Amino acid sequence: MTTTRRSVLGGAAAGGAALGGLPWRSARAQAANTIRIGVLNDMSGPYRDISGPYGLECARQAVQEFGNRGFNVEIINADHQNRPDIGVNIARQWYDQGVDMVLDVPTSSVGLAVANIAREKNKAYVNTGSATSDLTGPACTPNTVHWMYDTYMLAKSTGGAMVRAGGDSWFFITADYAFGHALERDTANFVRNAGGRVMGQVRYPFPATTDFSSFLVQAQASRAKVIGMANAGADTINTVKQAAEFGITRRGVKLAALLMFLPDVHALGLQTAQGLILTESFYWDLNDRTRAISERLRPRLRDVRPNMASIANYSATLHYLKAIADMGVAASKVSGVDVINRMKGIPCDDDAFGAGTIRADGRKLCPSYLFEVKAPSESRGAFDYYKLLQTTPAEEAFRPMSEGNCPMIRA
Amino acid sequence: MDEIFGIPTPLLFGQLLLGLINGAFYAMLSLGLAVIFGLLNIINFTHGAQFMMGAFVAWMLLNYLGIGYWWALILSPLLVGLTGVILERTMICQLYKMDHLYGMLLTFGLSLIIEGIFRNQYGSSGMPYRIPPELSGAWDLGFMFMPVYRGWVVVFALFACITTWLVIEKTRLGAYLRAATENAPLVQAFGVNVPRMITLTYGAGVALAALAGVLAAPIYSVNPQMGTNLIIVVFAVVVIGGMGSILGSVLTGFGLGIVEGLTKVFYPEASATVIFIIMVIVLLARPAGLFGRA
Amino acid sequence: MAGQSMTSSAVPAGPQESIFGFTKAQFIALCLMFVALVVAPFFLYPVFLMKLLCFALFACAFNLLIGYVGLTSFGHAAYFGMGGYITAHSAKVWGLTPEISILIGALLAGVQGAIFGWVAIRRQGIYFAMITLALAQMIYFLCLQAPFTGGEDGIQAVPRGHLFGFISLAPDMNMYWFVAAVFVICFLLIHRIVHSPFGQVLKAIRENEPRTTSLGYRTDDYKLVAFILSATIAGVAGGTKSLVFGIATLTDVHWSMSGEVLLMTLVGGLGTVFGPMIGAAVIVAMQNYLAEMGAWVTVIQGVIFIACVLAFRRGIVGEIGNLLRVRL
Repeated sequence: MTTTRRSVLGGAAAGGAALGGLPWRSARAQAANTIRIGVLNDMSGPYRDISGPYGLECARQAVQEFGNRGFNVEIINADHQNRPDIGVNIARQWYDQGVDMVLDVPTSSVGLAVANIAREKNKAYVNTGSATSDLTGPACTPNTVHWMYDTYMLAKSTGGAMVRAGGDSWFFITADYAFGHALERDTANFVRNAGGRVMGQVRYPFPATTDFSSFLVQAQASRAKVIGMANAGADTINTVKQAAEFGITRRGVKLAALLMFLPDVHALGLQTAQGLILTESFYWDLNDRTRAISERLRPRLRDVRPNMASIANYSATLHYLKAIADMGVAASKVSGVDVINRMKGIPCDDDAFGAGTIRADGRKLCPSYLFEVKAPSESRGAFDYYKLLQTTPAEEAFRPMSEGNCPMIRA
Repeated sequence: MDEIFGIPTPLLFGQLLLGLINGAFYAMLSLGLAVIFGLLNIINFTHGAQFMMGAFVAWMLLNYLGIGYWWALILSPLLVGLTGVILERTMICQLYKMDHLYGMLLTFGLSLIIEGIFRNQYGSSGMPYRIPPELSGAWDLGFMFMPVYRGWVVVFALFACITTWLVIEKTRLGAYLRAATENAPLVQAFGVNVPRMITLTYGAGVALAALAGVLAAPIYSVNPQMGTNLIIVVFAVVVIGGMGSILGSVLTGFGLGIVEGLTKVFYPEASATVIFIIMVIVLLARPAGLFGRA
Repeated sequence: MAGQSMTSSAVPAGPQESIFGFTKAQFIALCLMFVALVVAPFFLYPVFLMKLLCFALFACAFNLLIGYVGLTSFGHAAYFGMGGYITAHSAKVWGLTPEISILIGALLAGVQGAIFGWVAIRRQGIYFAMITLALAQMIYFLCLQAPFTGGEDGIQAVPRGHLFGFISLAPDMNMYWFVAAVFVICFLLIHRIVHSPFGQVLKAIRENEPRTTSLGYRTDDYKLVAFILSATIAGVAGGTKSLVFGIATLTDVHWSMSGEVLLMTLVGGLGTVFGPMIGAAVIVAMQNYLAEMGAWVTVIQGVIFIACVLAFRRGIVGEIGNLLRVRL
């Protein structure tokens, strides 16, 4: 087909789009009285449902509730597609072009990279999405606050609390990469410290595995009371689904998800997920305050309930804005370290997590909750999925500062 | 003999059986790919997305229309096969004269579009789909508990593979198809409607992928990425088996499932790479694959 | 290869006035490119431009193989990513200066290219492509496991260091000039390779390999050398990129990166001199733009693939060249 005219048009369109997409150096004066927050997360990939557009809406809710205290707040959003080069590029560009705080950032490799950039540019960075406990450990910076959860918290709650609840022999199915290893290692430590035994483990290739039947059968053969799934996302969903298929849970063995969120349970359905053990630091139906904030979020989130990752955006934004109001916009734009220090100095309190503090190494403290997924008969409706088994109070839930190897803290 | 290489015998047999079941999936998927490549010379990268569509259509049938698994086994491949026919008529037919590369690129682009649309619409966590009650439960085989559904998968996949092979090798329609790939103008001169046959063949290959998707829906998470993970492995299977050979793909699919199963027992970390190592070795030793015609 | 050759040009290659091997039209385009390189950082964000240049170089290296020799590699990310990892490691752990780190990264990428190329060259067409894919997948899994790559976290906080020991590359503009220089050197190097007797043989292999063999050339050796050169320059691109961003991660060795460079080259124009650069610019800009838009990136990329294959096979630069009846 002759395509000359068509290709010219197509080329023009592509060229136009490309030009429009180029980051022009803006000569506009920075609006001195506006705080700009950039929500950088995964909007189109495997972690979309965990924070994604919902996390963005939660941040916007916080801005709305904060109200007008003498300055404007603007929220922008970008999809880092779980790619560090894109995430780093956007973070750099944002910081250079007037964004004051970067929020969210799931995917640990991106999360760690942005921490470095925030330090380099002396801006503020609140991470609510990454799991790596290194953010408050060897990779800690004075510009970073790690808000939500980390592998240590998950391991301690699911591992330690589970043993106390009777699951004292474990077998691990581990995703064979750094995150999976870290989850397994940390949880195994807690299991042993609480008096339990690790019967064995199997490591499967990540991210290329969809069929876990072989590993589940090995787990079954070990006769462990608990099968710990040191993986996340679709891998966990597949493991749980296939465990149900092989009737593993029907024979009294418990499945412990070492990293799982409410949307994952929703994707599984209660019939398959019932009896699953997991840890989150937030559940919408936990107490009156959480119910209140979930209700307030309903117009924004519609059919979906917030989980610990998305609501963390709300909580973090609210606290950040309080710090800004406390020190004044002008002072906050000078140094990100000052803002973070002010955030550490003010106690936190919001409907999502209640009262809390931020430690010197950037770790926000909150209680962690061990949940079990309800059976279909016990649930009154969509997202009514969890029953509370155990609570670990905030002071004990996270790794002690002295053990973190954070260069800022000289113990 | 209680243990073989340190693994208890019952466990080993159990793993072999599981490997065979996985092999059934690989075989079914690579069958569709082999049919399309063998007869159309198109490298159908959309196969993974069409597999995913098959699973999603089954879910949609259940969720929106209340139509259950057994009907979905028939309806889903038909519907997805229909989309395949439309694709072929509009875009793919232009590729026959071009280099293989363009076929791959076009179908790869299609797979990106399809996956992106589904992900935007349905999110990335996946949809719940349960094993039909008639097939749930497990048999106690002594050395392991084998879910009934998995046994069904093997049986059905074997049935599909054998039927397809018979149609292509033993029926007149199959003979026309094979002749058309060798010399289309001549076959057309004999009065056979070659373009229509080719369209239907593509549709049939796509339908096979969708059928595999329906089979997978109860046991794998039904999410938009489910095809991407499998597609590379399936390609490797087809290449190892020989790109034109249907029998080769089926046998390699099952064989690979078993090899993978064994690797999962002895050295699980490598179970994803083992197929690529095998592919490189096979391609170096036999350039056209194990059963392929160069 | 069955079907029409992918890069047959509409303009006959006759004796033309050539300036350093560039035709008149190409020389004009080259001058425009120099001007753009000098002027752009004052209008556009320098880090974005550096990213663009690294990918443009990667695409040029890839184009050497697919456009001029006619070999489709599905695993080029292996060299790009490994170059990145090695350079990052040299700069961070061994504390070497940037230019040496990049050289080491490129060298090791070249060695990798030699080994993989030697294995893959034995086969043709789709089998060659599948072998390169398989080898790249093995590299991906290796990088996932190996401790020095940092696994999922990647190598973080890579210092840009001091060029030649005294010029600090930490300021973005300094780094930009360095990256631009690297790009220009490699670009001219590729051009030199293509417009040499060696390059002529490569083109002959692309057009008709049996004939070339019958003329007495050992085509496998030529293909292997081209493969090694392509891998080395891809390693330079990867190494430079890891210094620009300060990180080297698994995304750089993933097969989707191999697919992206293929897309860039295709959009720009296979076998053209300036095509890969324009293609890289379009794709990187599009990613940047769409990131702020959220969820439609993959769909739009898919649409571009299809549009390129069906309507746009010569790529942007190829179409412009066809329109102006010159060879770009």
